[in-house]
Amino acid sequence: MALIASPTPTQSLGVFRRPVAATGWRSWVFTVDHKKIGIMYGVVAMFFFLVGGCEALLIRLQLAAPDNTVLSAGLYNEMFTMHATTMVFLFVMPMAAAFANYFLPLQVGARDVAFPRLNALSFWLFLFGGVFLNTSWFLGGAADGGWFMYSPNSSRLFSPSHGIDFWVLGLQIIGIASLVSSINLIVTVLNMRAPGMKLMNMPVFTWMVLVVQFLLLFALPVITVALFLLSFQRNFGAAFFDVDKGADPLLWQHLFWIFGHPEVYIIILPSFGIISEVLPTFARKPLFGYKFVVFSGAAIGFVGWGVWAHHMFASGLGPVSVAVFSVATMLIAIPTGVKICNWTLTLWGGKLWFSTAMMFAIGVIVLFTIGGLSGVTHAVAPADTQQTDTYHIVGHFHYVIVGGAVMGLFAGFYYWWPKVFGKLLNERLGKWNFWLMFFGVNLTFAPMHILGMQGQPRRMVVWPEKLTGEGFFNLQFWNQIATVGSFLIASGVFMFLVNVVVTAKKAEKAPLDPWDARTLEWMTASPPKEHNFDTIPTVHSLDEFFHRKYEEVDTDKGPRLVKVRSAEEVLAAEEAKADAHIHLPSPSYWPIVLAFGLPVIAYGVIYNLLLSVVGAAILLLGIFGWVLEPSVAEDSDYDPPTGESETKELSSVG
Amino acid sequence: MADIAVHESVTSHDDHGPAAHGSITGISNNKLAMWLFLGSECLLFGGLISTYMLYRGRHGSGVGPAQLFDIPLTSVSSFVLLMSSLTMVLAVNAAKRKDDRNTNLWLAVTGLLGALFVGAQVYEFTAFYHEGVGFTTSLFSSSFFTLTGFHGVHVSIGVIMLLAMVAIISRNKVAGDKAEAVEMIGLYWHFVDVVWVVIFTLVYLIPA
Amino acid sequence: MNTVDEHTEHGHHAHGAEEPHIPKDSYFIKVALWLALLTALETSTYWIHLGGFATPALLIMMTIKFFMIIMIFMHLKFDNKLFSLMFYIGLGLAIFVYCVALSTFQFFAS
Repeated sequence: MALIASPTPTQSLGVFRRPVAATGWRSWVFTVDHKKIGIMYGVVAMFFFLVGGCEALLIRLQLAAPDNTVLSAGLYNEMFTMHATTMVFLFVMPMAAAFANYFLPLQVGARDVAFPRLNALSFWLFLFGGVFLNTSWFLGGAADGGWFMYSPNSSRLFSPSHGIDFWVLGLQIIGIASLVSSINLIVTVLNMRAPGMKLMNMPVFTWMVLVVQFLLLFALPVITVALFLLSFQRNFGAAFFDVDKGADPLLWQHLFWIFGHPEVYIIILPSFGIISEVLPTFARKPLFGYKFVVFSGAAIGFVGWGVWAHHMFASGLGPVSVAVFSVATMLIAIPTGVKICNWTLTLWGGKLWFSTAMMFAIGVIVLFTIGGLSGVTHAVAPADTQQTDTYHIVGHFHYVIVGGAVMGLFAGFYYWWPKVFGKLLNERLGKWNFWLMFFGVNLTFAPMHILGMQGQPRRMVVWPEKLTGEGFFNLQFWNQIATVGSFLIASGVFMFLVNVVVTAKKAEKAPLDPWDARTLEWMTASPPKEHNFDTIPTVHSLDEFFHRKYEEVDTDKGPRLVKVRSAEEVLAAEEAKADAHIHLPSPSYWPIVLAFGLPVIAYGVIYNLLLSVVGAAILLLGIFGWVLEPSVAEDSDYDPPTGESETKELSSVG
Repeated sequence: MADIAVHESVTSHDDHGPAAHGSITGISNNKLAMWLFLGSECLLFGGLISTYMLYRGRHGSGVGPAQLFDIPLTSVSSFVLLMSSLTMVLAVNAAKRKDDRNTNLWLAVTGLLGALFVGAQVYEFTAFYHEGVGFTTSLFSSSFFTLTGFHGVHVSIGVIMLLAMVAIISRNKVAGDKAEAVEMIGLYWHFVDVVWVVIFTLVYLIPA
Repeated sequence: MNTVDEHTEHGHHAHGAEEPHIPKDSYFIKVALWLALLTALETSTYWIHLGGFATPALLIMMTIKFFMIIMIFMHLKFDNKLFSLMFYIGLGLAIFVYCVALSTFQFFAS
């Protein structure tokens, strides 16, 4: 391709030069690089984690003393609704998306995701949706119906502020973000694997993320329907969940939980994937029963569709439905149990290296098992009808989510930090981080089981002193323990933030392969080059990187795996074969423009439909700019124009 | 699903970069993405149809589906939409032959038939409104208008895509593979049609 | 997934996509005529009363039309089986979860 001076270069809509800057803020805002997008996901999710954490601390402060007045009843309702919404939709899911974005292409040996621009769109939609949702705090109050927003609490009569409208529309925007990214990541995994990377050669993290994307793909439209019905009820006078008008409020419950139960696995499976990477690395042996871990993950994803009504045992479903869902719920404990066995047996006989990542991973096994066991007991419908809507349930799912999902994400931070930023997080601070969080989780959430069995209802704003009871079951004592525990968790998270700052300031670089790791993402520079791999590796086996370093050598004690090459040597061999022409997708204005249209439309729905028209115009502009823009910037867009050898291309559309 | 990764024929040294051209399954990213999206849409329309099924009998003493629907009119518009699927197929085939003229012709006809369908729906909605059945009249009417309205919006988006495609092809501004772009719009269009096949039977023809 | 193997030689095709064998226009016109005929039959139940047979007959015709369109017009029959798999997972899940949900409302009992 010669440099042809084109009269109409591919400037976006013929007006702007393509944003091809490699440094400065433009290189982030208009980027389509999966690694930069992954980092942005992580930073924003971490910010929302702190927001949700502060909300949690306020809740615990309110419950720390009898008849407390830290929060008013109304504000308390908003606080627990937004705490849950923020943690689920704005922290755990996007943080998992951060890891998925960054590591999925690296783990399957690709140079980017299948649709780089759609990937950027997902991120901006998530960011704008999250910000939109949280602006409700300053515009008349946030949503206050509880995170599953049952009718009639969600109706105008019981929640006259705009909070729930913000909640509904915000979740729609975030839902679109997740839907787009799920399609993107599925296509990436199925289609963009390196040569030889068969499905059963893929790292477990990739597998678990793949299962999660399928769950998102099929679960999100269900909540989309529910949210549309609710917003038509609140904004346009329909009565889909209004009992007075003859509606069935259970319809909402079904739609919500058909989405909501797969959502539980959407939250937990990425963490399962992360610890399935961490445990073999630090036990220095392969994952025990790789196929079992993969298939049980897929089985969880599949059976997860048949258990939603166990969230509704107290709603009068009828004995047949309750029995069926009860049994299905018990069944799903089997694949989960399989995974826990596999992880434990991976540790068995291994040369364990108790790094911080490893400790978090082991923490997940312990805490998730506790949460999982109390979960199985809820499959027993008669017991569940007593525990529903008490603190017992709150204790259970926090063990699963904080002990399982969040601790797993922290294992990922410590494990992959040197890959992303080229520096090792401080292990000493890491240990503090781990132990504070580990004790914090147990102190906060274990007492909740006792509180729940004593009858403390979920979402209760105060407990009166005269009803606290005596002795071991004293409500005041256990509530205060829980509050102390929550501050321990917070100080653990603070240690992490300190660690991040300390690490950023130190000059020392991490070695190329600090953990003697096993998978492809380590077979490149740290942080990876913009194009990930100098040459796309050809994969021969599971744990490809490990098998390039280690080979079976006959010794006098029989065949042994011996390290025959260092990571540096493996990388050097790959770099020697570097591709001459590497084509990367070009940055684009349109993802952020398109994404910006949606919150504008949403504000319009709440305040003035004229504003929605403006939003729709922005949206359309974004779409047309997008469609007409070649995914590859022409050389003339670069300043100075680049030569042929640096033409950048990766993907045709998207 | 374990046998998807079949061959290793991906050539990583062709001149156009590895990721753009050879996918490990040998299938196109765009088409796979479209099918995933359509699979997802099944659950969207499933939810809306279920809501309608649950609420179709709840109109109190007001007008219900049996008295309201104008089956002859809807039959004609259903037929129109069905035939637009045929013209869409012809457009896709023409695009595969790299026959721009016929591609544009059939795309435009498809868009026109789609617009006719939307027009009939607008007429139908207006007629219902004049008979006193508005969006908020009853649970039946709310769920009916929501379901058919969502479908109508899908058709309208399809019409816009078709007409935009005509414009883009005639100015020769297609970024990427033209035949595939037409095929993608086709997949979307047929899906919208297939959803109407279900709605026409479940909502209009089967007596409540 | 044999279809993939058959086409591996075409690795240099545009976008690496295999080109499924798509029938000629005349074939699609025939299919469309069948579809039109089925639609006419469906609509006729409005004037000809079949009593208890109406609902099953309509459901069967709907299913036939549905699969004719997705198999032939949308090329699922000719294309890579992976597309079918992706779509049928969604379709199957939709039918399953919504039928179960409706049955808890005693929808099918009436």
